[in-house]
Amino acid sequence: MISSRLRGRIGRGLLLALFAAFFLFPLYAMADFSTRNLIQGGRTLQAWMNLVQNEMLYRAIIVSLLLAVFTVVLMLVLLVPTMIWVRLRAPWGRRLVEFLCLLPLTIPALVIVVGLRNVYLWVVYFFGESALTLTFVYTVLVLPFAYRSLDAALSAIDLKTLAEAARSLGAGWTTTILRVVVPNIWSGILSAAFISIAVVLGEYTIASLSGYQNLQVVIVAIGKTDGPTSVAASLATLVFGFMLLLVLSLVTRGRRPGGASIASTAAQKGRP
Amino acid sequence: MAPAKRLRGPMSPAKRLRGPMSPAKRLREALPLVPFLVFVGIFLIIPTVTVIVSAFYRDGQFSLQRLGLLFSGTALAALWKSVVLSATTAGIGAVFGAVLSWLVVNSSPTSPLRRVVLSLCSVLAQFGGVALAFAFLATIGLNGVLTIWVRERFGFDLAGAGWLYSLRGLILVYTYFQIPLMVIVFTPALEGLRAEWREAAVSLGASRWQYWREVGFPLLTPAFLGSALLLFANAFAAYATAAALVSQGSPIVPLLIRAALTSEVVLGQSGFAYALALEMVVVVALVMIAYNLLVRRTSRWLQ
Repeated sequence: MISSRLRGRIGRGLLLALFAAFFLFPLYAMADFSTRNLIQGGRTLQAWMNLVQNEMLYRAIIVSLLLAVFTVVLMLVLLVPTMIWVRLRAPWGRRLVEFLCLLPLTIPALVIVVGLRNVYLWVVYFFGESALTLTFVYTVLVLPFAYRSLDAALSAIDLKTLAEAARSLGAGWTTTILRVVVPNIWSGILSAAFISIAVVLGEYTIASLSGYQNLQVVIVAIGKTDGPTSVAASLATLVFGFMLLLVLSLVTRGRRPGGASIASTAAQKGRP
Repeated sequence: MAPAKRLRGPMSPAKRLRGPMSPAKRLREALPLVPFLVFVGIFLIIPTVTVIVSAFYRDGQFSLQRLGLLFSGTALAALWKSVVLSATTAGIGAVFGAVLSWLVVNSSPTSPLRRVVLSLCSVLAQFGGVALAFAFLATIGLNGVLTIWVRERFGFDLAGAGWLYSLRGLILVYTYFQIPLMVIVFTPALEGLRAEWREAAVSLGASRWQYWREVGFPLLTPAFLGSALLLFANAFAAYATAAALVSQGSPIVPLLIRAALTSEVVLGQSGFAYALALEMVVVVALVMIAYNLLVRRTSRWLQ
């Protein structure tokens, strides 16, 4: 009995080690590759310094970070009041909002970008030619992830009682949402924001095909001449995304870890 | 599901307002939804409708010419390769991903191992894109770390003939995000298997293997197949990794869309991108519908 349990443990450990090798080796290889000195041999941190020294790359990083911030803000402004409203006053719209939010899972980014030309003619007309206009499409891209996170947080509180209490004490809708509901769904807002940031920083499809230079587009462009710098920047985005989600899983301890909240987006459409 | 039901309960606003509900009231209820609906309408619905309509219309005339291009040799070859790539990586991803999530579920929900694995899986599955292409270039590309190591040790060229840029290379790189995606979507189903069920089976005299064969596997089958379908759709629609890896040629549908978008004039087939995008929507939508049907079966006992 004991020996069979031990064998099971060893077997599981061995399997885990194999998976770890497959998944961690390429990451190690990136670290190794990006610090290699191709000309003189030995090690150099030049590729990593290029993250701030290379003008084009540095500007792209700033653009992507700004896009991440704007997307999070626009997503929250659009989604939080709407989701609260359909729960409180317009339950007939709830299915519709859910359907629309999860729709980007079925309509690939590649398809959106193909059909986007006419819309963007107008966007450019109103807002000018700037990579930051990608905020609008990116907000659509993050909808499924954000919806799931916020939905989970809203399901965990007694929204109706909270809102009625606030309203009966004389609070208007703005006060009710901002000062009563939002503090109670903080974990959901945080996870929606973190996941959105990770999505935006990793986005390539739409930016590249509509001709804007965000971080990933520049990484690919640089990769044609300077491999190590591209590999360094790629590893940096992966590590940054990993840290975001790991922090998230620690912050939302006991509720829904970061992985699960993304899982719920894809896997558990019917679950609260 | 539960909150939705609660909202429709006897005290729900919908019920209270039903009956003598004035149009003004209805309008006031709907008004706060307008910004969201308009936004989604402009940036999601209009592009999608544009794709569908433009695939059927040419210069304002109904025409099947663009759809006809889908049956050209190039398009069919790309579709076939896309299907092979998606099916292969969905199969590999589903099997290995299920094993990995079984390993993860065996650890406690708050263990660091689980947090790290799930966070890493989320990053690789959802946000990797371009970075994954570079990860493999750094590993088994022409000057990759593993390539050099193997060359020095065994005198064997891993990067031989640039296979990393071919379909086989794409299959390898895609498994790097398909396995993690499987872990993320399949772990909740595995967690849904209750310990009581195994205890019940064991107390009735079942062996470990019997429990899995008679109880575990049959319960997990719909979730497993559903997840595999999701992986298929995911690979079929993935663009960034392939685009960063393969800069010339367009072996698969997403890359053919890129070619059609960026060099329409050269191809002399304007609107080809619309037809290809429609093809992609149809494939992904069909797969997702099947996925939803399977998931609905699972969610019955998962709750």
